[in-house]
Amino acid sequence: MVSSSRSEINHTSTPGQQLRRRALRHWGLMIGSALLGLIVLIALFAPFIAPHDPYAQDLTLRYLRVAFMGGTWEHPLGTDHLGRDYLSRLLYGARISLTIGLVAALISGTIGTILGVTAGYFGGRVDTVVMFIITVRLSMPVVLVALAVVALFGGSLTVVVLVLGFLLWDQFAVVMRTSTQQIRSQDYVTSARALGCSTTRIIMTEIMPNVFNNMIVVITLEMAHAIILEAALSFLGLGVQPPLPSWGLMIAEGKDMLFFEPFLITIPGLALFILIFAINMLGDGVRDVTAPENRN
Amino acid sequence: MGDRMMAEPQDIALELSGVSKTYQISQGLFAASKPLRALDNISLQLRRGEVLGLVGESGCGKSTLAKVLLGLEKPTRGDVRIFDQPFGSHDRKWIARRIQPIFQDPYSSLNPRKSVREIITLPLRVHSVGKTSGWNDGVSRMLDLVGLPQRLIDANPSQMSGGQRQRVAIARALIMRPEVVICDEPTSALDVSVQSQILNLLMDLRDELGLTYLFISHNLAVVEHIASRVAVMYLGRVVEQGPAARIFETPKHPYAVALLDSILTPDPSMDVPDVDLDGNFPNPVDPPSGCTFHPRCASATSLCSRLRPEPVQQAPGFVTCHLHDPNQQKDMA
Repeated sequence: MVSSSRSEINHTSTPGQQLRRRALRHWGLMIGSALLGLIVLIALFAPFIAPHDPYAQDLTLRYLRVAFMGGTWEHPLGTDHLGRDYLSRLLYGARISLTIGLVAALISGTIGTILGVTAGYFGGRVDTVVMFIITVRLSMPVVLVALAVVALFGGSLTVVVLVLGFLLWDQFAVVMRTSTQQIRSQDYVTSARALGCSTTRIIMTEIMPNVFNNMIVVITLEMAHAIILEAALSFLGLGVQPPLPSWGLMIAEGKDMLFFEPFLITIPGLALFILIFAINMLGDGVRDVTAPENRN
Repeated sequence: MGDRMMAEPQDIALELSGVSKTYQISQGLFAASKPLRALDNISLQLRRGEVLGLVGESGCGKSTLAKVLLGLEKPTRGDVRIFDQPFGSHDRKWIARRIQPIFQDPYSSLNPRKSVREIITLPLRVHSVGKTSGWNDGVSRMLDLVGLPQRLIDANPSQMSGGQRQRVAIARALIMRPEVVICDEPTSALDVSVQSQILNLLMDLRDELGLTYLFISHNLAVVEHIASRVAVMYLGRVVEQGPAARIFETPKHPYAVALLDSILTPDPSMDVPDVDLDGNFPNPVDPPSGCTFHPRCASATSLCSRLRPEPVQQAPGFVTCHLHDPNQQKDMA
């Protein structure tokens, strides 16, 4: 059915095909998604790839160097101050970063999208209230709030994810509010209202599909943001607690040996850089590829 | 369908009596908001089966009137009656089944994320009409009716031309078989060559389905071609209404006269018409006193800036102007 109707429209390809073609031509998008895909696979299969237990200590093998810098191939990326295998910790660390990025972006995305779409669609007093909430949120420094929460509840993965999820929704709210305002004034929304569509139906079927690509872009940005913040919080000792192998925590633990064994900081730092780079490339790519369709 | 065809031509489809719509325009945080009278005491009748042309400059309240008739805006004062039933006693869905819009810009009136099939079946889904299995036939029939090839059924709006899109919008408006269609400048966003096709389609559909049109336009040539009666609006008021032939031949209100003089003729030797209109369109938040048209009117007298004219019967039709009010004639001198 689908294929027959497609072949009937001879000269024009469906928007789906055009989208796929544009995506395949976009280098940034391809590189970003390949790198991110690789990191996701590493995180999923960490127990099978990792050569050692990331928590196993061996105090006789502390500060082993990277294999090609005088270490052994038994520990390809060397060992840390407790003699734990650095490669294994790095691979397991991908799980923490991705979990935090995804869950925090989902929580903040839900909050921010609901607030932003509501404000943009209803406008007036609702908009004023939501803008006030956004202003309140923007006036709270993330690190200070995190500090207070960790002081109250103690630092753990859950606390970090929740703190970030409940603090990073401002971008979503602002972007969704503006894009909803743009879509709302289009005649197809007016015509849906004139048809007697319920508000829920209008928001779900007329507005959401048209602001979705903006949401994807913000999700990638906020994922990267959350991952960096987690690393920063862990570095300050306010985030994920040892012995969990978080990349931020690994940098923090390596900072004492900065001048003697710089690889302890370089390696997790590089991993963090590659992950953020991949996510941002992906986000930019999604924006570039989906945007022209809205211009028609 | 059948009984609608046999209905008497005098039947009133839509009736507005004394309808006003006032918006409060905020003038900043601390200033009091000012009223903008988008519609000022409008009384109009739309008879079953007729085409009522509504003309006027941009900003005169034509589109606000359309929104009120679609039930999207509540009038501040006055009532709207549809088939002799008050608007207020029915919900939006009830109104939607009887009155449907066709908008100006077919690039903005179709959701770019939906296929033609989804766009045309939306009314059926919202009103839970018939079975899902019957919808495909309904869409096919509508495509035939508006002259679109069946192969476009799964196309997206971005794959179609402006004229094709407008046909989809017409199909969406008509699939519920409404009785009144509000056409809000349905051709002004289209290429000139496509405009006449869409107009002819609209007229054919009117004959075929027994539709009533409120045809909003600032293109007077189009209105002359299509409308049986015409209402001229200026700053939220209807300044003249009557049969199209009478208004186009002997317009009474100075604004209608000026508006008709502004029609471009195809004769190049005639040059751009010299329109007897002074100044700019006034600020609707701060309208002129008396007759709101007096600052731009060539035949304005001191009376016009003081006293607001009321509609006077001018067979056939109404004019809202002191010049044509026999009671004011003696004062004018």
